[in-house]
Amino acid sequence: MPASKTKKTGKTITIDAKGVYYRELNHSIRTALKAGGKEFHLKNINGQRYIGDGLVGRDVRITIDGVPGNDLGAFMDGPTIVVNSNAQDGISNTMNDGKIIIHGDAGDVLGYGMRGGKLFVRGDVGYRVGIHMKEFKAKIPVIIAGGVAGDFLGEYMAGGILILLGEKKKNEMMVGDYLGTGMHGGVIYLKYSDDIKEDRLGKEVAVMELDDADNKVLDKLLKEYCQDFRMDYDKTRQQRFVKLKPVSHRPYGKLYAY
Amino acid sequence: MVKSTIPPMFQVVVDKEKCRKCKRCVMSCSYGALGFTDRVVPDDKNCVACHRCVAMCPENAIMINESPLAYRPHASWTVEHRQGILKQAETGGMLLTGMGNDKPYKIFWDHLVIDACQVTNPSIDPLREPMELRTYLGSKPDKLEFETDKNGQPSLKTQLTPNILLETPIVFAAMSFGSISLNAHRALARAAYESGILMNTGEGGLHKDLYKYGERAIVQVASGRFGVHQEYLNQGSVIEIKVGQGAKPGIGGHLPGEKINSEVSQTRMIPIGSDALSPAPHHDIYSIEDLRQLIYALKEATNYQKPVSVKVSAVHNIAAIASGIVRAGADIVTIDGFRGGTGAAPTIIRDNVGIPIEMALAAVDDRLRKEGIRNQASIIAAGSIRSSGDWVKALALGADAVVIGTAALIAMGCRVCQKCYMGKCTWGIATQNPQLTARLNPEVATERLKNLIRAWSLELKEILGLLGVNSIESLRGNRERLRAIGLTDSEANILGVKHAGE
Repeated sequence: MPASKTKKTGKTITIDAKGVYYRELNHSIRTALKAGGKEFHLKNINGQRYIGDGLVGRDVRITIDGVPGNDLGAFMDGPTIVVNSNAQDGISNTMNDGKIIIHGDAGDVLGYGMRGGKLFVRGDVGYRVGIHMKEFKAKIPVIIAGGVAGDFLGEYMAGGILILLGEKKKNEMMVGDYLGTGMHGGVIYLKYSDDIKEDRLGKEVAVMELDDADNKVLDKLLKEYCQDFRMDYDKTRQQRFVKLKPVSHRPYGKLYAY
Repeated sequence: MVKSTIPPMFQVVVDKEKCRKCKRCVMSCSYGALGFTDRVVPDDKNCVACHRCVAMCPENAIMINESPLAYRPHASWTVEHRQGILKQAETGGMLLTGMGNDKPYKIFWDHLVIDACQVTNPSIDPLREPMELRTYLGSKPDKLEFETDKNGQPSLKTQLTPNILLETPIVFAAMSFGSISLNAHRALARAAYESGILMNTGEGGLHKDLYKYGERAIVQVASGRFGVHQEYLNQGSVIEIKVGQGAKPGIGGHLPGEKINSEVSQTRMIPIGSDALSPAPHHDIYSIEDLRQLIYALKEATNYQKPVSVKVSAVHNIAAIASGIVRAGADIVTIDGFRGGTGAAPTIIRDNVGIPIEMALAAVDDRLRKEGIRNQASIIAAGSIRSSGDWVKALALGADAVVIGTAALIAMGCRVCQKCYMGKCTWGIATQNPQLTARLNPEVATERLKNLIRAWSLELKEILGLLGVNSIESLRGNRERLRAIGLTDSEANILGVKHAGE
């Protein structure tokens, strides 16, 4: 197992991860972080898991060339991670704070139990995205995806904001089935589309028009998103959006005999 | 609402001669079973037999009886079945219950007896000689390798993985703050800390006031991920992934919004009054490989400093499941049998799903030994360990340590009324109502828990002595020191024990 090659130029710590096992790689990052490193550039990443897992600190920034493996930024609390390509499953798992920017597509189960921070994906996302996201006081997690999403988007969602911009290829569906199933908090903003059909929705949610407060939220978040991906904000914002919200905060309130 | 026609289960009798009308009983009852006009007036149908009024009455004037109301006897249509149907017909809801399975299934602990030394192999007096109860939880290496430096000094070459010391092989059960009160959580945390054992946070996080006891806590990560964050993970000495619970295998949990007060909200990190839903599965675990991913995500997050436990319910193929868990990289496997407790579960699930811990434990220990991986993980057995007798038998069947939940609650005052899910616990344990939680003095509860651990440990030492061994290691997995009474051949075979007399 080759050890990771770490190099420091100016403030940036560059790590060549070619052929390096994830445990070794993440150990190098943690060690450099302990020594005061803040800026990381990971090169030749090829499926290494758990990058950024449990890292703390808002001033930490990790740029990744190549496709990182599952659980990117799991339990993370503060850092920013920029992935210059696609990424895999389990990104932002139980993340508390920080920001992850994916310049390509991302996989399944993104933002599971995420409590804070932001996950911006330029392209498509897989199944079960935003599952059981929650919010607490000032902590409101945000996931924005530019493309289409798979089944179970926002399943069990208890808080937070999920935005789907819905850029899609011909014959593609913007959303899958079981949209917002079990959702009991938070909000999903979707680009308006014929793909949002009644029979695709979880029984706990309803489609509604935006109000002023919603528009303000969208203005702010989409500006940031478009800036990060150098997209045309006006064009993105111009599209019609609808929101998906739970019809009851207590969908499980009447199940039991006491 | 139409008045319920279900007859009461209990009868509250207040002795008019003795009663001085001080109303303490009325104030102590949170279930509405005692009212006051010009005298104490019981409302039998609300009584749950929690005994709080009995304990509070200075005149010993209250008696709770089982209702003498006769039902026409029927061996199949028991009173419980009839009452359950009546209740469901009135409400349309699932029947809820608390605590462990109360059905009269065969309890295998009660069919196992312990050996003792006589004549040729002397027993040991634990009052005179040291008895080693210390236990280390965590993965043990396949072999130990040593190297010697140029001065001939030997040192250990094998890299050891983290192990956690227990002064006595017992841990408190996972009971979340939310299902039980902060005072109860505090008492468990402090008693574990002072007794050198472990408490388990359950899936509701750890209150910041209790971080000081964190080094003696197992911090749980469940499907709802409530209160799970980096600081929390770093507080505990063991991280536990909760997959299943013996009282309700295969289903999720649901803490109703009424119990999410300000403190619970802070600790779980969810808004006040919102429902806390723990989905049945972890939605990122669909295979052993996925489980491995979460185990290592947690190990990475805590820099490989803490053993990771995986807790599952005892179900039919538990041996294969446990093998998969160990191969996934868990350092501890916690198995919760079907008599394990709960704060709330549908009665039908509690009483009908899963298998007994005795069978599960024996099967898992056996399987891991046969596969040559028993050293890779500790086994913790849970699910109604009622006395040090059960404890010893569990250790002999192969457990590294046992879990006590209900026993710990009883030590704090619980009377096993099985109404934990109501949130009205008159003993201040399974409630968030501040008037009720104030009834549990955490200092007193801590002492009572410590007393229980001490008393059982003394008994354990006595039993080790009569077995002629001086350390827990000589008992662990030693089924030769057990015999079966009243078990079938196949039952004894699964437990790996001979019949008495053999």
